[in-house]
Amino acid sequence: MQAKTEIAPQSLLTQEERIANFTSRLDASARYVLLLPAVIIVLVLAIFPLLVSLYLSFSSFKFVKGGFSIDFVGLLNYAKLISGSEQRSFLGKPGAIPVLGWALLAIFVGMMIYMLYGYFRSSAFSIFGCIMRVISVVLASALAWLTLSTLAGQDGLPGALVVTLVFVIGGVTLQYFLGLGLALLLTQNLPGKRFFRVVFLLPMMITPVGIGFLFKMMTDALKGPFSPLLLAAGLGNVSFLGSGDTARIAVLIGDVWQWTPFMFIILLAALEGVSREIIEASLVDGANRLQLFRHIIFPEVIPVSTTVILIRLIEAFKIIDLPNILTGGGPGTSTTTMTLQAYIDWRSLNLGGSAAIAYLLLIIVTFSALVFVNFIRRRLLEFA
Amino acid sequence: MIKRIGTYSPFRPSPITMFFSYIILGLWSIFVLFTIYWLVITAFKTPANVDNGPRFLPFVDYQPTLDAWRYMLIDSGDSVVRPYFNTIVIGLWSSVFALILGASTSYALTRFTYRPKWGLIGLFVLCVVLAIILVAVGIPWYMALIVALAIYFLLALTIGRRFKKALGNSDIAFWLVSQRMLPPVIVILPIYIMFQQLHLLNTHLGLIIAYTAANLPLAVWFLRDYFQTIPIELEESAFIDGATRYQVLWRIILPLSMPGLVATFLIVLVFAWNEYTMALFLTGADTQTMPLLVVAQNATRGPQWWNISVLVTMMIAPIVILAIILERYIAKGILVGAVKG
Repeated sequence: MQAKTEIAPQSLLTQEERIANFTSRLDASARYVLLLPAVIIVLVLAIFPLLVSLYLSFSSFKFVKGGFSIDFVGLLNYAKLISGSEQRSFLGKPGAIPVLGWALLAIFVGMMIYMLYGYFRSSAFSIFGCIMRVISVVLASALAWLTLSTLAGQDGLPGALVVTLVFVIGGVTLQYFLGLGLALLLTQNLPGKRFFRVVFLLPMMITPVGIGFLFKMMTDALKGPFSPLLLAAGLGNVSFLGSGDTARIAVLIGDVWQWTPFMFIILLAALEGVSREIIEASLVDGANRLQLFRHIIFPEVIPVSTTVILIRLIEAFKIIDLPNILTGGGPGTSTTTMTLQAYIDWRSLNLGGSAAIAYLLLIIVTFSALVFVNFIRRRLLEFA
Repeated sequence: MIKRIGTYSPFRPSPITMFFSYIILGLWSIFVLFTIYWLVITAFKTPANVDNGPRFLPFVDYQPTLDAWRYMLIDSGDSVVRPYFNTIVIGLWSSVFALILGASTSYALTRFTYRPKWGLIGLFVLCVVLAIILVAVGIPWYMALIVALAIYFLLALTIGRRFKKALGNSDIAFWLVSQRMLPPVIVILPIYIMFQQLHLLNTHLGLIIAYTAANLPLAVWFLRDYFQTIPIELEESAFIDGATRYQVLWRIILPLSMPGLVATFLIVLVFAWNEYTMALFLTGADTQTMPLLVVAQNATRGPQWWNISVLVTMMIAPIVILAIILERYIAKGILVGAVKG
């Protein structure tokens, strides 16, 4: 190598010029050298698998002599989930909705239609936006009906879809308001602030698998720390994880325990970023605390709030470890989330069905994120 | 948007406010700490102490022992020590790689302009689909790969120039970050098959690669916003002094963004340390990580709380200690990303 560079015309250049030459060539390559590895990794480990999965979800997987075969079956896997043999575990079993439930549903659908009406009247009307909104309203109403009839309906049993929605919506709402409340308390000048901050952060660092085990211990009716209390209340033999509703609450508590810190820590940092001068000025002008919060502090944290809610929304749909350990998806399938069902299907070698659930989950996550960003987030930002 | 980061009190708390604040904060602290406390004391209990109803205070209502620790760490051979070692190796290396890749990608996205064309991306996806179909038809994967790539480059060179509509840097960044939306179950089956072909199943390297890919979006998301806050003048003066891009990145950008790097590293490490789904698919007996071990023990030794408590305590201890030490960095690191979204 050394000899070659001696002969090359470059040898006429001085040492410094040669380095400069080399440097500029290095710099020209930098824009690709720095970016391409990441792009290739994502292409190979995310985009490519995504496409393969799509194919898998349209096929059935079987072990045959000396290997396996993958046969194209079209939409069969999806059809099974929506209306076939797996409908019961995926969509659940609808029950008779009580009168109050119908009233709630009517209010919900009415609100949706009112929003749609408002859009038709507005100047931002476009065909594409109209179609998207109609689809959103129909889907949201259908989901609301499904949730009500399987959860609150008589003899109704929720499937993986509704269970996931309950964990996502219930969990994220609770986490947000608890996190905001705790963060608001800690913006005060309290001695021991740092202690609380560190303590509140801890659950986020613990593995979901470990949290599942922790709450399994906490909810044990005989050996758990609350068993004396349960005994005193005459509930000694009641197993917390034994019935669908309480098992879901247990999972929800575990999820809130783990993820409230995430909301808390970001909202705290955002609250501390609100300018002190504005707050002092409004206090001088005679604003009370409620006004201060409503008109000064809350608008300032809305952009951050929408971002953390979006992040949690996306992550919450993936919940698997916690119900897997805590309840094993049971009793029955009352805490089986979509990811958990996909995993159970995979374990029983129903790869096509597993991929189909995963794809439906991806569609629902994307749909929810889009609805949140386009409708809710925009509205909140205008409100601020 | 942020005018000042620091501590201040919007309300000067009156004694009554303070009292109620402490009660609420105290209740949440108890909710958090009692659960962890229960875990740790259970790890020092004997079977009798667990089974005969709850015991709350070590030395008062039961005598703590190291029996469970001895059983798990010494009597069980390396069935616990090895997964622990695996978790450390995989967690650290994947975090380091994610950080390196994330930093270089973020730097590239904040300092260069890219204009990838829509048409070329569409072509590429079509060629990938073609490769998948070829494999499904029965052609070996490497042949399919070569054919698809060849067709792609041929088409890109011939009709590629005609495409006009292009994307920008923020689109690339959004595309990278949006990978976080993918549920692991959706990509894990093809990765499993791919790793099987490449003999990466049941190796440390396989899981390190998978975690690096899974963590890359997070790293890019945090670090890109961090790098944007670093003034470009610093780099310009370095270029005048004859530094290369790589030197600038290494000597100027990285040292200046230390807090962001620390926060990102910790967050990424926590993810890799705690991850369960991918590890389940991609590891075997030799490369098992701690979350898998906990789940397996939970299934086989369900009622043996003392043993599982030892495992979980061991598993969370390093991360919890790191989190306590680096608490300030985490808040700042996450916030930079969250505010800009």
